[in-house]
Amino acid sequence: MPGTVQSIERAATLLHAIVESGGQMGVTELAGAVGLPKTTTHGLLRTLLAVGFVEQDQRTGRYTLGAGLLGLGSHYLDANELRSRASNWADSLAARSGFAVRLGTPAGLQVVVVHHVFRPDDSPQELEVGSVLPAHATAVGKILLASRPAMARMLADTRLEALTPRTIADPAALLAELSTVRARGWAEQQGEYRMGLGGIAAPVHGPGGLVVGALGVSGPVEELFADAARPALRGMVVEAAAAVSRELAT
Amino acid sequence: MTERYVLAVDQGTTSTRSIVFDRAGRLVAVRQREHRQHFPRPGWVEHDPEEIWANTQLTAAQALRDVAASPGQVVALGIANQRETTVVWERATGRPLVRALVWQDTRTGPLVEELAARPEAALVRERTGLELAGYFAGPRLRWVLDNVRGARARAERGELLFGTMESWLVWNLTGGPDGGVHVTDVTNASRTLLMDVHRCRWDPELLDFFGVPAAMLPEIRPSVGVLGTATALPVPLPIGGTLGDQQAALFGQTCFAPGEAKCTYGTGSFLLQNTGTELVRSTHGLISTVAYQLAGEPVHYALEGSIAVTGALVQWLRDSLGLIGSAPEVETLARSVSDNGGCYVVPAFSGLLAPHWAGRARGLVAGLTSYVTKGHLARAVLEATGWQTRDVVRAMDADSRLPLTALRVDGGMTTNNLLMQFLADVLDSPVVRPMVGETVSLGAAYAAGLAVGVWSDTEALRRNWHRSAQWVPDPKRVAALDAAYPEWERAVQLSIAWGERP
Repeated sequence: MPGTVQSIERAATLLHAIVESGGQMGVTELAGAVGLPKTTTHGLLRTLLAVGFVEQDQRTGRYTLGAGLLGLGSHYLDANELRSRASNWADSLAARSGFAVRLGTPAGLQVVVVHHVFRPDDSPQELEVGSVLPAHATAVGKILLASRPAMARMLADTRLEALTPRTIADPAALLAELSTVRARGWAEQQGEYRMGLGGIAAPVHGPGGLVVGALGVSGPVEELFADAARPALRGMVVEAAAAVSRELAT
Repeated sequence: MTERYVLAVDQGTTSTRSIVFDRAGRLVAVRQREHRQHFPRPGWVEHDPEEIWANTQLTAAQALRDVAASPGQVVALGIANQRETTVVWERATGRPLVRALVWQDTRTGPLVEELAARPEAALVRERTGLELAGYFAGPRLRWVLDNVRGARARAERGELLFGTMESWLVWNLTGGPDGGVHVTDVTNASRTLLMDVHRCRWDPELLDFFGVPAAMLPEIRPSVGVLGTATALPVPLPIGGTLGDQQAALFGQTCFAPGEAKCTYGTGSFLLQNTGTELVRSTHGLISTVAYQLAGEPVHYALEGSIAVTGALVQWLRDSLGLIGSAPEVETLARSVSDNGGCYVVPAFSGLLAPHWAGRARGLVAGLTSYVTKGHLARAVLEATGWQTRDVVRAMDADSRLPLTALRVDGGMTTNNLLMQFLADVLDSPVVRPMVGETVSLGAAYAAGLAVGVWSDTEALRRNWHRSAQWVPDPKRVAALDAAYPEWERAVQLSIAWGERP
C-alpha cells in the first residue's frame, strides 16, 4: 500500500491550525504553528484559497475557513429536490424570455441537466433531463466552473475539446474567462458548443451560499444576443436564478 | 398599452395561495400561507374557516404589494377552492358554527350507508350524476345539522348559512355580516349531492332526502361572471369568477373542447375530461360533474375520475416511514433500482374512489419478498399513481367514446420525471405539461379576467397555452406494463376484499 500524501496531510494540519487560531493568524504565525517553512505554508494557503477552502481578510492578511469547505459538509442538495423547487421560476423564465431553460449541476468535470423547460413556441422538442453537457463550452458550465476553481483547474489540465471554431480550448483563456464570469455574476457562450446556438446563465446558490446549480436560457445566437434584447434578457436570467436561490433559502 | 393583471386565490387543502398573472397568463407574484390541519378523531379532518379567511386577506394583500402595479392595473379577482369542504356559519356574526369538515373527512360513512339503504336513494345518482358517497358536501352538512345542538332549528329560521369554501370567502370579501353576497358557483354546487345537474338548481326532493333546509343555501351562479366587489382587500376588486379547484385546472389548461382532458397530480389526483354541453353518464365508475359555465351560456360538463391518494402516498413515505427527507427525494430513491421488484402498493387509506367507489377498502403492500428494498418500495409508491390513473383513463375511454390522444398534466408531482415517463408508458399516450404549472390559480384568473374583458374569449386563452415538457411512450415499456397490469388489478381486488372482512 502506498504511503500517505504529504501535502494533503500538511494542508489538513494547516486547516486545523486556522480553526484553532480563531481567524487571528496570518501566514507567518501559521507557519510557526504548524512548524513548516513560510514559503511552503504560503504555497499551501494559496492553493486552499484557490479552491475556496480558506479565505483571507484583505486588510489584515489573516486566514479563516472558506465557504467552500463549510458548504462541503453542511448541505447535500438532492437534484430532484432542486428541480422541484426551481420549477415555477424556470417556467416563468421560459415564458418571459421566450427561450428554452436548463438547470445544470456539476457531475464530475461535466454538467448534468436536472431540469429542462421547452422553448414556448410549441415546436417539436425533446426533454433533455439527465443529459450531459461540456462544462467549458456552455454558459451553465462556465457558471459552475467559476464557482469551483478546483474543478476548473482539473478540466483545464485535460484536453479542452474544440467543439466548434468558437470553443475556448486554451486553458489560460478559459481560466481568464471564468474569472470574468465570477466577477460579473453571469456567463455567456456564443456558438461555442454548437454552431449558431448560444446561452446565458447565472448561479443558483444553496442555503449555505455555495453555488449548487446554474440556470440559463439558450437559443439561436442572433436572437439571444440581438443588441436590443440583450440587457433585458440577462436581467431576467440573473433575476430568475436569484429567485430560485431565495426559494432554496426558505 | 399598460399591462393589466388578475389576482387569483387558490384556497387549497394545505394552504391558501394568492397569485397574480399578467395578460399572457404568466405568473408575476405568488404568496402562500399554510393553515392548520385539525384531526380531532381518527378519520376526522377539519380546517378553521376564520384562519383561512385571514390567510386569504394576508396573502392577497402581499401579492398585490409585490406586483407594485399602479392603481387600477389589477382588474379582477378569481377564486379556486378545495371542493366539498363544508362550512356552516352565522349570518348575523360571520362566526363559523363548527370548524369546516374537509373533503378528506370520513365521519359521514355510517350516515351515508344508512341513507343509501333507503328506497329513494336511487334518486341521488339520477339527479346529481354523482355516487352517493361521503366524499361530497351534502352528507357533511347533514352531519352538522344532526350533531350541533340547535343547528337545524336555527338553519330553518335562516340564521345559519351553508357554503363550500368559495362561498365562505366571497361572503366575507363582499362585506360579511354587512351585506355579504351569499352565492356558490355551479361547479361547486355540483359537488354537494343537492343540485339537479341538468337544471343546475337546488333540488327540493334531494333537500328532503338529505334533510337540508333551503333557507341556508347560497344562490347558484355561473363560474364566469361578476359576483360582487371584494371590498375587504386593500384595493376593491370585482370578483369575476369562482371554480372548484379541479374545474379551475381544466379551465387553466384550456380544455374547452369536448374530449380534452387534464389530470392534476397533488395530494390526490383528479382527471377531468370535457364532454361539452352534453351530460355523459358514466357506467364505469366515473362521476358526471359541471366543468364550467360562462354567464349567459349553457353549462359545460365533464367526466371526472377522482383518485383520493397519490401525492399523499409520497408524504406517507416521508412522514410516516421516514424513508425520504423531502417529497422530491422519492425519485432519487426510486432510481436506485430499475423496477418495482414485484411490489405493488394500493393506497386505499380511506377507501378507494373512482372507478371502484369502495369506501371500506384499505391499503396494502403486495408482493413482498426479502428481495424488496426501500428503492423498490419507492418505485411502487410512484407507480401506484400511474396505475390508478390507468384505471381511471380506461373507464373514461369506455364511457365517453372520446379516446385520449394526449394527457395534459399539472400539479406538484409533474416535476417527477420518473413518474411522468411511467405515466406515458402505462397509458401508452403522450403526457404533456404546460408552461404554467399553477393551472388551478391560472384557471381562476382566466375566469375572472374573461368576466371583466381582460381576455375576449376562450380562444384568446388557448393562445396563451404552451408546452413546457412532453414525455412520449416507449413501446417496449408499454408492452411490459400491459403485461403487469393484471397484477395491479389483483392487488386492488385484495385491498377491497380486505375491507369487506366480517
